[in-house]
Amino acid sequence: MGCTAADVVAALRVAAAVVQEHRDELVRLDQAIGDADHGENMRRGFTAVLSRLDAEEPATPGKVLKLVATTLISTVGGAAGPLYGTAFLRAAAAVGEAEELDCEAVSKALRAALDGVVARGKAVVGDKTMVDALTPAVAAAASVDSSVAAVLSAAADAAFEGAESTVPMVARKGRASYLGERSAGHLDPGARSTALLLRAFADAAAKA
Amino acid sequence: MKKIINDPETVVQDALRGMQAAHPDLLTVHLDPAVVVRADAPVRGKVAIISGGGSGHEPLHGGFVGRGMLDAACPGAVFTSPTSDQVLDAVVRTDGGAGALLIVKNYTGDVLNFEMAGELAESEVRSVVIDDDVAVKDSLYTAGRRGVGGTVLLEKIVGAAAERGDDLAACEALAQRVIGSVRSMGLALTSCTVPHVGEPSFALADDEMEIGIGIHGEPGRQRVPVGSASEMVSALLEPVLEDLPFASGDRVLLFTNSMGGTPLIELYLAHGIAEQLLADRGITVERRLVGPYITSLEMQGMSLTLLRLDDEMIELWDAPVHTAALRWGV
Repeated sequence: MGCTAADVVAALRVAAAVVQEHRDELVRLDQAIGDADHGENMRRGFTAVLSRLDAEEPATPGKVLKLVATTLISTVGGAAGPLYGTAFLRAAAAVGEAEELDCEAVSKALRAALDGVVARGKAVVGDKTMVDALTPAVAAAASVDSSVAAVLSAAADAAFEGAESTVPMVARKGRASYLGERSAGHLDPGARSTALLLRAFADAAAKA
Repeated sequence: MKKIINDPETVVQDALRGMQAAHPDLLTVHLDPAVVVRADAPVRGKVAIISGGGSGHEPLHGGFVGRGMLDAACPGAVFTSPTSDQVLDAVVRTDGGAGALLIVKNYTGDVLNFEMAGELAESEVRSVVIDDDVAVKDSLYTAGRRGVGGTVLLEKIVGAAAERGDDLAACEALAQRVIGSVRSMGLALTSCTVPHVGEPSFALADDEMEIGIGIHGEPGRQRVPVGSASEMVSALLEPVLEDLPFASGDRVLLFTNSMGGTPLIELYLAHGIAEQLLADRGITVERRLVGPYITSLEMQGMSLTLLRLDDEMIELWDAPVHTAALRWGV
């Protein structure tokens, strides 16, 4: 069973609620090694996504993803705006005009999102960024083909592990890199938000 | 948190409305997306000089919009880079047919959003990235040095060049020359509180100071006991002098900047010490700027910026400027 435009919209509503719920946590994580804006920027972005989704009904999963991309690019700011915006934009392009997304399409969209983030931000695994969560998520997703929910669940599990792996890392990208060794011992807020979003998508898919 | 605000969510928009009310002759504020544009934009045949960044550093950048400096400024949320559609909107609103030069401070978010705007623009757009903060090591393993105090001097000098009719390539080359000649470092005596966070960005004990602070409350190079003003000025000036390096016989502009909470009496005191230290080394201070021009909300602290001058930079520094925060020759 595939995932329709309505399913993608439902998943984004869950994601927006999760972002709202974890806003303060993301602010605190960012306060430790960055500039304390990640939680608020993500909340602002996903609040804007919700109001766009209330006003419009994109016909295909690809169009929903594109709407999310343009909204995040124009409302989030910081590094997260262009990075998440590019991720959703590339995912939208990867799924094209399909009415429903199967396991392979979802996996392909995740791969495209990762490629977009890497192209835009130039980070690699080990730099203490969202790439450390997204890279293992993409690999895990590619190894599952039983259902879309299973693909996303595997991706979310791997993303959480990947996010945790950023704790001992010394940041080499973004504002945390200014701290050098002092950035070690903290969870990367971007890796954390990536894991939270994938978990939200997986939970929504499981209920669909 | 005690601040003169109504709602942490609308601080930037509310302040922009006040800025419009205060300076209707100089600038026009657009709120969606947020862009501060010089009142007579677009200026036909002139290269548009555009900058922007997170809010909370006032008067940077909106206070520098006007004749002889910026054509537009894009204010992001507090300490958050603007979005690319703000930058794109600024490019369109100031397009006088001669292209636009984007002045970007070297922070990941700023670089990414300005880069996306440049890719989306239909007119000719070039950008320069300023990274004058010597506190941060520039290496493959960091995002590179931060853009700080040198940004103010860069915007003034390149703004004057655009105003006299320099073309885009000339403005870009001049900007690179200024970036290559300017270095800064700052210190914090207290933290600052971002309105939507509601608590101080970091904790500093009463007897501590942070050397090498960024302009977003990012921790700096080292935390040390508070010293005398002379010790503080040396702690900032020495690394700045060594980095370029500046040498005896150099002519410089010395910019002594308050992080927002340090009063002018202390800033002048520090400036006097810095002038003496430079004189002792045979460095001639030809021009100076003293005041709160690139701040970190209410943070107490200061930064020192040195720019090695040449004749053209002096001429452009002295050229008329008419903005909310810098005004001479008009």
